[in-house]
Amino acid sequence: MSHLGYLIAGWGLVLGSISAYAASLLRRGRVISAQVSADRQRWMTTDESAAEDDA
Amino acid sequence: MPTTTVRQPEAPAIEPGSGTGSPKTRILGIACLVGVVVLFVFAFFLTEEDQVQGDVVRMIYVHVPVAIIEYFGFGIAAVGSVMVLWRGSMWWDTAAVAGAELGLLYSGLMIGTGVIWGRPTWNTWWEWGDARLMTSLMLFLVYLGYLAYRRTVPDAETRARRSAVIALVGIINVPIVNRSVEWWANQTLHQQSSLSDGRLEDLTLFTLAMGFVVFGMIFVWLLIHRFRFGWLERQAEMHGLEAALAERRAQRDADIDESLAHPGVSEGDDMRGGDDMGGSDDMAAGSGDVGEAADGAGQQSGDQA
Amino acid sequence: MHEIVAVATKDLRIEWRSKVVASQVLPFAVIVLVLFGLALDADRGTLRTFTPGLFWVTVLFVAILAIQRSVAVETASSAFEALRLSGAAGWKVFLGKAMAVAAQLAAIEVVMLLGVIILYRTSVADPMLVVISAVAATIAISTAGSLYGVLAVGMGVRDTILPMLLLPILAPVLVAATRAFDDALNTAAVNGWTWTVMLACFAVLYAIIGSVAYAVVLEDT
Repeated sequence: MSHLGYLIAGWGLVLGSISAYAASLLRRGRVISAQVSADRQRWMTTDESAAEDDA
Repeated sequence: MPTTTVRQPEAPAIEPGSGTGSPKTRILGIACLVGVVVLFVFAFFLTEEDQVQGDVVRMIYVHVPVAIIEYFGFGIAAVGSVMVLWRGSMWWDTAAVAGAELGLLYSGLMIGTGVIWGRPTWNTWWEWGDARLMTSLMLFLVYLGYLAYRRTVPDAETRARRSAVIALVGIINVPIVNRSVEWWANQTLHQQSSLSDGRLEDLTLFTLAMGFVVFGMIFVWLLIHRFRFGWLERQAEMHGLEAALAERRAQRDADIDESLAHPGVSEGDDMRGGDDMGGSDDMAAGSGDVGEAADGAGQQSGDQA
Repeated sequence: MHEIVAVATKDLRIEWRSKVVASQVLPFAVIVLVLFGLALDADRGTLRTFTPGLFWVTVLFVAILAIQRSVAVETASSAFEALRLSGAAGWKVFLGKAMAVAAQLAAIEVVMLLGVIILYRTSVADPMLVVISAVAATIAISTAGSLYGVLAVGMGVRDTILPMLLLPILAPVLVAATRAFDDALNTAAVNGWTWTVMLACFAVLYAIIGSVAYAVVLEDT
């Protein structure tokens, strides 16, 4: 396969960056969700009315 | 003060956070992972190499989707900013930040893959005259400034309104940069219509479409999580203070009861419970550090609070 | 119109008394021109060819300082508060302040032009084009700059955040102004008037955006 170095660099950059970003996002989310009571995290509840209060 | 054994703080009342995931995003996340694997197989093993470019054409399956989806991120930032200024919506402010951050990520990847792909095909890492690269670079810089600016404004509503102005001016600038670079260089190395003139093979086209779907799904997954993170940040900002105060009072009352029951035990640990609330401690009883260093003082101002 | 001029003359009068721009920003502009000369090895051919670019990059640096000064004048005595309470419409305050910045930049540009003629051996081929394109570019820079200047008001780090916000936005202005000067100073064969029209469009666009946005920003200064 020609240009293998470029391909690895390009695909690696994309997949690596996205994975790193996703991992940091999950980690930060877990840290901060510990500081917020569960009833404010409405995606874990089924209460649709909560969707209105901040719009 | 008599020297006493320092009582271990009880297990914090806060359970570990459940994070920004939900059952639906978990399904989407798994679909993204499967999609990447399938896309990889198609891109590297099932599609043919290009007659002119050779194997390096396989960059197209990441570069082009990322370049197009980048504009969805900045588009969300623009729509969100309009809604912030029009309706004063903080929900849209959170969405705008999420869009801006993802636009920044995707434009950075567009530039990165463009540079890497440009070297073997155009024989140059960077082509100044290319309007699309330059437009992405400008968007990247503008939204880097946008996110940096947001860190400097403490008040949430002020931050939302002002950064919305920055985001919108940045978006207005996109066609200007694009046009001016084209007039400036009067050339572009990009294949202008490689997607429409039928030169791409069916399977290549299919794989490219799959690239759009996969990176689009990843975009949605990241967007949801980034939005939820921003939402939590705002909740923590708004309710953190209240919660810290309530918890502090409860903890203090418990400690007082206990110290009445066991007079020999130091009352010095009453500050511990709220430590993880960081800065909000300042408002309640001096900073956490001060509270721990000078137990008596912390206790006193805690009583006042 | 009256209020716009009043705000502009107020700023210019403050500058006339304090002479901060004249005694600090103007020398800075000349120093940058000299430094470019030193960095490019005093090769007059190179300097002459790149005069338009060097000129306008220097103007952008100078504009940052002038805008920071223009904002500092207001924040030092919480005058934004006073301006808001005075009942003057936000867009009038904005245009007044932008006009004052533009006037100061224009004065500096005159000195800089003399500087490049002397130091870089540049010759002016089309004085009319120089004046008109410079006026359009200066208005574009000062209107965009005044908006971003007030956005950064009250932030502890405004000195560092302003260039980062402003310079990317002004990149197209830099391109157009450089091209227009390429024609006017006869350093490249381009049609400078086309680029001047573009500069005029930027000036109008940023003036409109700034006028609309200033009210939003001034509200919570």
